[in-house]
Amino acid sequence: MRYLEEFRGAGEAQAVLGQIRGALRGRRVRIMEVCGGHTMALWRYGLPGLLQESVDLLSGPGCPVCVTPNAYLDRAVALARHPGTIVVTFGDLMRVPGSSSTLLAERARGGDIRPVYSPRDALDVARAHPERTAVFLGIGFETTAPTVAAALISAREAGLANFRMLSALKTMPQALRALAGAGEVRLDGLILPGHVTAVTGAAPFHFLAEEFRIPCVVSGFEPLDLLQSLWMLARQVSEGRAEVEIQYLRAARPQGNPRAREVLDRVFCSTAAQWRGMGAIPGSGLALREEWSGFAAEAIPVEVEAEREHPGCRCGDVIRGAVRPEECSLFAGPCRPESPAGACMVSEEGACAAHYRYRHHS
Amino acid sequence: MCLAVPMKLVEMNGPLGVVELGGLRREVGLDLLADVRVGDYLIVHAGYAIEKLDEAEALKTLQLFRDLAGEDEPQP
Ligand code: SF4
Repeated sequence: MRYLEEFRGAGEAQAVLGQIRGALRGRRVRIMEVCGGHTMALWRYGLPGLLQESVDLLSGPGCPVCVTPNAYLDRAVALARHPGTIVVTFGDLMRVPGSSSTLLAERARGGDIRPVYSPRDALDVARAHPERTAVFLGIGFETTAPTVAAALISAREAGLANFRMLSALKTMPQALRALAGAGEVRLDGLILPGHVTAVTGAAPFHFLAEEFRIPCVVSGFEPLDLLQSLWMLARQVSEGRAEVEIQYLRAARPQGNPRAREVLDRVFCSTAAQWRGMGAIPGSGLALREEWSGFAAEAIPVEVEAEREHPGCRCGDVIRGAVRPEECSLFAGPCRPESPAGACMVSEEGACAAHYRYRHHS
Repeated sequence: MCLAVPMKLVEMNGPLGVVELGGLRREVGLDLLADVRVGDYLIVHAGYAIEKLDEAEALKTLQLFRDLAGEDEPQP
């Protein structure tokens, strides 16, 4: 048992597809998958095509790289140009275009930029170069934020004086409140992020069902998980219910992971944050607490260029589910994974990248 | 980036462990979990275990799929 392949059976998938169609009885529903991991899995397994007649799938604001605004990338670029600084980042950010450069381009020009797998690796970089400052680019949601917090706690315990963090960490519920409140896109249901909920628990999402009457299911990431989640949503819709149900019970407990939240709360407090395409959303970001402000990379004096959007790129609209990638005039023309015009085409989990890569699948 | 997969904990050394998936071994931070034991399946993200996989729940879900597909035998 590896708890991966077992959730990919084709026979079972057919059976669940039948259940979804049966529950909807010819009705067509519009469902948003919030998490970029879900976007990638749905497209990779060709589910949008299989479900075409019954489910209209839209991607939401849950790809961390995609929602990170240019201004953040511009600061990262400025830090990469700053002498004495090493920029340490999740690999996903390397190719994301800022206003006029990327981290990859800065590295080609001699900047010291190191892609890593874990925030813990950033500590090793700091340790190995005591004469320079290692700045970790902290992006991600509630899944990633506790790992960054744990690394900061280790940095403090180790007395690492040359470690800093630039936070663009974000929290999901407030973004979904902004999205639901704007009413721009009518939704029959939401597939909620499984690994965010594994940390937060289900309670922070209850308002979606209670206030906005949107059926919600917290889903796992394998094809059978996603199909079962859609089936659960179809049943809520056909029975006129709006609840937050958990399909991914093997990892996401109703109460979440209190220990991870404790670690997160020790280091971070909530703040307003800027989202690409959504502007500033109150309480949707994580900032270092006062006692941890010594680790803030914002204190490093760098000159950051004025933020510019990429002409023609509709990433911001894609993130809100207001347009589909195919509706962007640059899609699959000038904008492709090898020459991305916007963040949504760079990240593996971006809607544009998923639609592009698997567009002949469906 | 939000990818997180179940990996089996094979060694423990204070706040650090070693997880394994299909022969691939990786160091994992255990700082975010209250009680873990060697043999547990952990959901690993960005070098840290963020949750423990509940095997009983996993098997329940799999059984549901099998019942739906009308199979009695677990798949190989
Ligand atoms: S296809 Fe490219 S340019 Fe268009 S919205 Fe997506 S990332 Fe932006």
